[in-house]
Amino acid sequence: MMDMQTQPAAIRVRGIVKSFGAGNTKVTVLRGIDLDIYLGEMLLLVGESGGGKTTLLSAIAGILDIDEGDIDVLGVPLSSLPSGKRTAFRGQTMGFVYQQFNLLPALTAAENVAVPLLIQKMGRHDAVRKARAMLDRVGLGDRSEFLPKNLSGGQQQRVAIARALVNEPRLLICDEPTAALDGPNGQKIMALLREVGRSADRCVVVVTHDSRIFHYGDRMAKLTDGRIVGIEPITQEEMT
Amino acid sequence: MNYVALKMLFGDRAKYLMLLCGLTFSVMLIVQQGSIFWGLMMWSQSSISNINAPIWVTDPGIAQVDEVKPIAATAVDRVRSVPGVEWAVPLYKGLLRARLASGDYHQITLTGLESSTLIGRPAEILEGRFEDIVQPDAVVLDQWTVERMGGPSVITVGTVFELNDKVARVVAIAKTQKSFTNIPVVYTTYERAIRYMPRERRTLSYVLAKAKDGVPTDLLIARIREHTGLGAFTAEDFSWKTITWVLKNTGIGINFGTTIFLGFIVGMAIAGQTFYLFTVENLRQFGALKAMGASGFTLARMILLQAFTVGLTGYGVGVGLATGFGVLAATGGELPFAETWQLLVFVLIALLTICAVSAAISIIKLARLEPAVVFR
Repeated sequence: MMDMQTQPAAIRVRGIVKSFGAGNTKVTVLRGIDLDIYLGEMLLLVGESGGGKTTLLSAIAGILDIDEGDIDVLGVPLSSLPSGKRTAFRGQTMGFVYQQFNLLPALTAAENVAVPLLIQKMGRHDAVRKARAMLDRVGLGDRSEFLPKNLSGGQQQRVAIARALVNEPRLLICDEPTAALDGPNGQKIMALLREVGRSADRCVVVVTHDSRIFHYGDRMAKLTDGRIVGIEPITQEEMT
Repeated sequence: MNYVALKMLFGDRAKYLMLLCGLTFSVMLIVQQGSIFWGLMMWSQSSISNINAPIWVTDPGIAQVDEVKPIAATAVDRVRSVPGVEWAVPLYKGLLRARLASGDYHQITLTGLESSTLIGRPAEILEGRFEDIVQPDAVVLDQWTVERMGGPSVITVGTVFELNDKVARVVAIAKTQKSFTNIPVVYTTYERAIRYMPRERRTLSYVLAKAKDGVPTDLLIARIREHTGLGAFTAEDFSWKTITWVLKNTGIGINFGTTIFLGFIVGMAIAGQTFYLFTVENLRQFGALKAMGASGFTLARMILLQAFTVGLTGYGVGVGLATGFGVLAATGGELPFAETWQLLVFVLIALLTICAVSAAISIIKLARLEPAVVFR
């Protein structure tokens, strides 16, 4: 594990509260979360279902408004950014890996990977060329012209990882990246995320409840009932 | 992102074809029904368009062309005396029964043209020579008369039949636009038409006239009305007067109008709903794009591009199919079908409006969509 905590946190989460619904049906999902995440680390958000992991991840990604608290990402106070600027900030600094891959079914693997670059207004030709190079890095160079329906679940998730990394984001957000995969494929995906996704100038946040992949993380924050009940480093023994 | 939007649209072929079919069907329904309706209206004024004279002088209380109100025979000279008139000729129009050699009777519209000029004659002759109409007992039929009376084996050039117990001999067959009532038209000279008809106090149906070069038609019409006390209209105004009368006084306006209106509403509802459902089904994909940093403006542009692409494609195919129907089913004037540019422009604007509205609804839904939907 890198010596991260001597540097300022890339993501600072302070006292965030988030509820859904109103009146009798109001459910408070996050109840005052404090969390620091550092560049160069892979942080796992773990805990039981309904504990608030995905809600916290959505808040950190700036795709869900919070009720109270502050979130700073790379020094930018995310919760006070107007919606449009937050969207642009997200496009420039974050990459996403979803549980259900969320690939566009009509686009080839290379075109799917190119989407974040197209959003950043890169020309299609250059974007697809860069996307192909990224697919090479995740071992799918020979599948770049395949449609998602012609790829296995593991391959689709690798395409999704390539898409998340193609614009070199500082923050990689992964929501249950192995949940739709079998055990061996899940291990491969986590190994790939650690190998390709994790770097000194990027932090990776992974929501998971799959204990078989915990050893791929650097630290683990456990959420229960909307609160972080423990943050602990993952030891070398666990890694092996 | 335009490329991505179009790939999303065309990529799911089944969904795209369903969407296209909905829009195509809507456009085809409206254009086809609208064209049939307008074709019927054209038929209702075919007595005017077949005669092709610039000015019609009528009884001042005239309601429509087929409801003839005879005027005094002196009207022709009175019209000729109005300053600015190039020419004025009499026209006879009346209903009569024709008796064939077989003994069959058929109701016909007898049209009498001034013999020296034959003004008002049909433009196209299918058989024989129209000029032979000046021969004794000569009449010219239109193609619908031949059809209604039994076809060319029963009546053709040279056939003799009776009009009010007087001999009529066919010298030519002319091509005309079918009439609304589908009563066959028999042409003869004005003088002979009066001979064929039972005695009436007034025999002149209309006076056809033309303005001298340099005299505005509207001005001349005002002068004719003022000098003669008769009604006077341009052919176009008289056509509209007739069409308006048909719409007001027959069930066609209400019945056909209701059908077209319902077709329009159903068609547009199908078009709007189909496109809206297409967007809703893609909401998760749009949510993913939004999470990846696509702005609301970019997504709105993508949806509008999809809406207008499929809308214009559906419009093109729908108009093509409706036109194909018109060409196949209405060839030869058998069915009323008049596809006008005004109708096509109207349908295009309506379709683009409904596409824009359904796209706007989708855009609003998307604007309210939390991109966190992609994590669910």
